[in-house]
Amino acid sequence: MATVTTTSSQTAGVTARSRRKAGRQRTTLAQKSGWGTANFVVVALALIPVLWLVSLSFKTPTAVLDPSFIPKSWTWSNYTQILKTSQFIRPLINSIGIGLISTVIAVTLASMAAYAVARLRFPGKGLLIGMSLLIAMFPAIALVTPLFSIERAIGLFNTWPGLIIPYVAFGLPLGIYTLSAFFREIPWELEKAAKVDGATPLQAFMKVIAPLAAPGMVTTAILVFLFCWNEFLFAISFTSTISARTAPASIAYFAGTSQFTVPTGPIAAASVVITIPIIIFVVLFQRRIVAGLTSGAVKG
Amino acid sequence: MAEIVLDNITKRFPDGSLAVDKISLDIADGEFVILVGPSGCGKSTTLNMIAGLEDITEGELRIGGQVVNNKAPKDRDIAMVFQSYALYPHMTVRENMGFALKLAKTPQNVINEKVEEAARVLDLTQHLDRKPANLSGGQRQRVAMGRAIVRDPQVFLMDEPLSNLDAKLRVQTRTQVSRLQKRLGTTMVYVTHDQTEAMTLGDRLAVMRAGLLQQAGTPKELYERPVNLFVAGFIGSPAMNFLGATLEEGSLRTPIGDLPVSPPLRQVLERSNVGRSVIVGLRPEDFEDVALVSAENRDYGITFHTTIDVLESVGSDVFAYFTAESDLSARSDQLADLATDAGVDTVDGETTITARLDAATNLREGQDAELWADLRPMHVFDPESGRNLALEATAAGADRG
Repeated sequence: MATVTTTSSQTAGVTARSRRKAGRQRTTLAQKSGWGTANFVVVALALIPVLWLVSLSFKTPTAVLDPSFIPKSWTWSNYTQILKTSQFIRPLINSIGIGLISTVIAVTLASMAAYAVARLRFPGKGLLIGMSLLIAMFPAIALVTPLFSIERAIGLFNTWPGLIIPYVAFGLPLGIYTLSAFFREIPWELEKAAKVDGATPLQAFMKVIAPLAAPGMVTTAILVFLFCWNEFLFAISFTSTISARTAPASIAYFAGTSQFTVPTGPIAAASVVITIPIIIFVVLFQRRIVAGLTSGAVKG
Repeated sequence: MAEIVLDNITKRFPDGSLAVDKISLDIADGEFVILVGPSGCGKSTTLNMIAGLEDITEGELRIGGQVVNNKAPKDRDIAMVFQSYALYPHMTVRENMGFALKLAKTPQNVINEKVEEAARVLDLTQHLDRKPANLSGGQRQRVAMGRAIVRDPQVFLMDEPLSNLDAKLRVQTRTQVSRLQKRLGTTMVYVTHDQTEAMTLGDRLAVMRAGLLQQAGTPKELYERPVNLFVAGFIGSPAMNFLGATLEEGSLRTPIGDLPVSPPLRQVLERSNVGRSVIVGLRPEDFEDVALVSAENRDYGITFHTTIDVLESVGSDVFAYFTAESDLSARSDQLADLATDAGVDTVDGETTITARLDAATNLREGQDAELWADLRPMHVFDPESGRNLALEATAAGADRG
């Protein structure tokens, strides 16, 4: 660049640059508003029913038919009512217990299976992966009737194991897929190095592989737990009393004050209560969940 | 410290492919042995079998006099450096280097002492509390070495430890490895595909090809007395020149002229039913500009005329490239392997010959040149089996004398 430049050319340069800049900003603005509108529509579509539910849960029983979005008089009575009755508290405990136990079992088994899938060559590996995918794809409704008969016959009906076993079965394929993607990303040489360094296979797994796969395990655990927590079909089919019924299923059994009233308020309140853990989970582990769902999709 | 004995070691993979075929090799205590060969020759598999990371299909492996075939890696008292370094990403440099000692339940103060000592040797002291992700390639490589030396093992195994470094750093680290091995005096088995690295580092080289041990010996032995075409072509840079030749009237007819055959060599050629076509091997430095060869030396070789295609001066030497009509019709699979390894396609009927001339030469590109070829170190190979017949001739001559 020459050190001496004429003023006119400088001005010309500056105007050209500012024009370019303005142009860029215009496109950005247009893009921004476009995306903003799209996002708003999508979020509104998804969120308005939820907010309506929250609003309902704070309305008095007489006001449930009131079409206003914001309750005219706020009340906690729906919440106090459901949290006082064992009809909801017990299923909530069931939900947490069944969800946690299923998750622990499914993730433990899945991590072993996924490790084998990722690391070993064994006969029937393709079959195993195919079967687990098949189970994941299977329509649950098709299994309800046979499973119902089986559970009745062997005495699992209306017990915790009666739900834990099918949950583990459905959680496993999800776990195996997510975890094997994580395990595959861990270089095999690390394990060899650990073995040469004097580790037993178990030590190599516990001290080298597991810490590196921990994010994957946490992700898998969250996904499996969310599945168990949200599950409704098995929960309502394989239980008959609150001794094993989970929270989502229990809502269906809420009774109104009389035979002819629908307990809309308590149902809304209970729905909000069981949604809260999900929201907390998603907010805390958002990145992990996305990573788990897309893991193995792209290399790198 | 320990010697390693490989006794007819064979590795067959479950799919039936034979990776290593009956390798026998004695590695003395404190010796630095290099397994070298093109990729896929079974050298890494051999190393993994010594480490215990691969099962041995047949044969016996002894470390320090003990059969270790069925011992887990942790019971063999070995340390290994991997090509990818395989540092534990969730541990600091200190934890990485101390991991083996920690598993062995060594007291923490001893671990610290040993790790710090190794860090001092490898110039890693200021990096001890960093994670591998924050280190440069060279530093990672040194951590991998450090992890091996803190254990003070009987045997070091190294699987292409320098191949991920850039060229300059590789040469630097090469001398470091060599110095380290001399200082520690620990038996070391080192795998590489780079023959220069192998030649400069090793006390002894074991050249492998297609799962078979071709030849084991000192770098000088392999260079001067290769047992077959493959070793001859693999060792040395630039590589040995191969010329097709036919045995006619007591001399070898080659594209660069008729080469006289010594009586012992003629006997060997006649005795072994090689047929009339053989392959002659001459190293680049066996050629010289005739003008620079003293009169008494001239008698040990032949002179011939050719046209130089390309001249490359590297200061100390001049490399001259010329082509010769050469019929290597009796092409051997060993030559084919060498060509694949070097990544060149051989053109039928024409061979490029590389000659390393003295820097004082006045030859010019594209001009007719008179060159001299020293025939004393000439090799003659059986194209079929690749055997070096000249070697047998000298052996026979030595027997008689």
